[in-house]
Amino acid sequence: MTPPVLSVRNISKRFGAITAVRDVSFDVHRSEILGLIGPNGSGKSTLFNCILGQLRPDGGHVEVNGRDVSGMRASQLNRLGVGRTFQQLSVFPKMSVLDNIILAGQEHHGTMASRLFGPPDAGLTEEADRLIGFFRLTHLRDTLAGSLSYGQQKLVDAAMAFMAGPGLVLLDEPAGGVNLTMLADLKDRLTTYNAEHGTTFVVIEHNMEFVMSLCTRIIVLAEGAVIAEGTPEEIRANQTVIDAYLGG
Amino acid sequence: MGGSWLRYSLIGLLVVAAILAPVGQGNYFTYVLTSWLIFSIAAMGLNLTLGYAGQISLAQASFMAIGAYTTALLTLAGWHWMLAMPVGLFLCFVVGLALGYPALRVKGHFLAFVTLAFNTLVFLVLRNEGWLTGGNYGLIGMPRPDFGLFSTMRQINFYYFTLAVTAVAALVMWGIVRSPWGRAFKALRENPIRAESLGVDTRRITLLAFAIGSAYGGLAGALVTPLVQFIEPGSFGLVHSLRILLMVVVGGAGFFFGPFVGAAVVILLPEFLRFTEGYYLIIYSALVIVMLAFVPNGLLGVGALLRDRLRPARQRADMVEGARLK
Repeated sequence: MTPPVLSVRNISKRFGAITAVRDVSFDVHRSEILGLIGPNGSGKSTLFNCILGQLRPDGGHVEVNGRDVSGMRASQLNRLGVGRTFQQLSVFPKMSVLDNIILAGQEHHGTMASRLFGPPDAGLTEEADRLIGFFRLTHLRDTLAGSLSYGQQKLVDAAMAFMAGPGLVLLDEPAGGVNLTMLADLKDRLTTYNAEHGTTFVVIEHNMEFVMSLCTRIIVLAEGAVIAEGTPEEIRANQTVIDAYLGG
Repeated sequence: MGGSWLRYSLIGLLVVAAILAPVGQGNYFTYVLTSWLIFSIAAMGLNLTLGYAGQISLAQASFMAIGAYTTALLTLAGWHWMLAMPVGLFLCFVVGLALGYPALRVKGHFLAFVTLAFNTLVFLVLRNEGWLTGGNYGLIGMPRPDFGLFSTMRQINFYYFTLAVTAVAALVMWGIVRSPWGRAFKALRENPIRAESLGVDTRRITLLAFAIGSAYGGLAGALVTPLVQFIEPGSFGLVHSLRILLMVVVGGAGFFFGPFVGAAVVILLPEFLRFTEGYYLIIYSALVIVMLAFVPNGLLGVGALLRDRLRPARQRADMVEGARLK
């Protein structure tokens, strides 16, 4: 039987006296789009950072495709096929959109030596152009990423997460601060990519309309612990979730 | 296309100017021009470490010292400069790699102090280990490289030799900063956490930024030895590291030609101001203060600033979309 793409087992993380994540476990399977929701301070981003090696959990472990990745650095995880976006804008502002996208793929091609002596674009321009086209950013290809609008930078940020052809992508608030037009674009691109490539997504999001229409399964966190899990319809009707997060 | 043509024409003009500059000039002026080239190489190295990779270093003069003393000791022992220089470079690369390790733990002004302490350490070793370095008296009488038909004993010949070495060093640097390594250096400077999440091994890239930058310092030092034919610890003290930092900042950190412009300001400008006699250093200092106050991105940053000011303002795409929604 194929192991889950991502398996989170009993992850806990404390900051002094505060327990940010409390014994959280869940599995994510191939092609799933899992939503992770909860009020501010419920531990979503901390959990992401524990999964992605940016924080060391106090307990538990994480497996990617059945392999224990606890303690691995973010760059090692990325080379195992795990992509991510950040809550804050995370493009490289003084590089063009094309250079941002090429950077996101270059470490997956060749060796250190070939990246020094080989072509400046690491042979990735064509592939980067395809992805730029997919995210409808072709007209901005040679523009400095820092001079784009917030929504466009979010699209570049998302495109970067896909450049290395990851099997699993963790998106931290992809819809935050994005206007309605761009939001529809972003959702459309994510669902199309998921359908075409079978890529698994884990999405943290506060925009309920976005998350309910995008995700196939949702986990709700409150005070660092899982309080509910189910399909968007089940979550919408769950009284505990309504009381803790969604409200009447 | 037009931009590239203009850029290559300008580079061609600068190369011709560099070739013609010492013609008909005296030994002192040629010596000053040679110093400009040598410090441009040292600043090019620091520009990679600081300007491209964003890692502060106040130790570039100490790498010049390691390159200079290694070359001096080996050429005094009978080695040809062409064999002694790579040993100095290799040593600087290895020591630079080791100095990069603190940068994995500390950043900003803490890192500046670590590198400052390293510069002081090298200075003290050079001064106190007299059995090897000659102590305060330094080393004297190092030969200039001789290539059979081309001897560098004449000042102008040594200038052309240095110009050729500078051209090769610049081409290698151009290759590095245009390669995927260069892209990774810039990513490290702009957002190391994001770079790491995209598979860039930021630890390795940080160490390489220090090691390559230090090797360029070593190359500059290896050229100082035959230029002056006398070296002593005071020539590589902290003040010289600060001067190289000034060159990078004044020229424009992260701009390829910034080190050449910065070194010209720091080395050549005081010479051009000598007609003001006793006031030249005061005028020079005032000019540097004004420059840094009004153009913090360095002189080459002025070009980018003017381009942004003169280019017609573009409407932001999200605002256009916002307007459509109404």
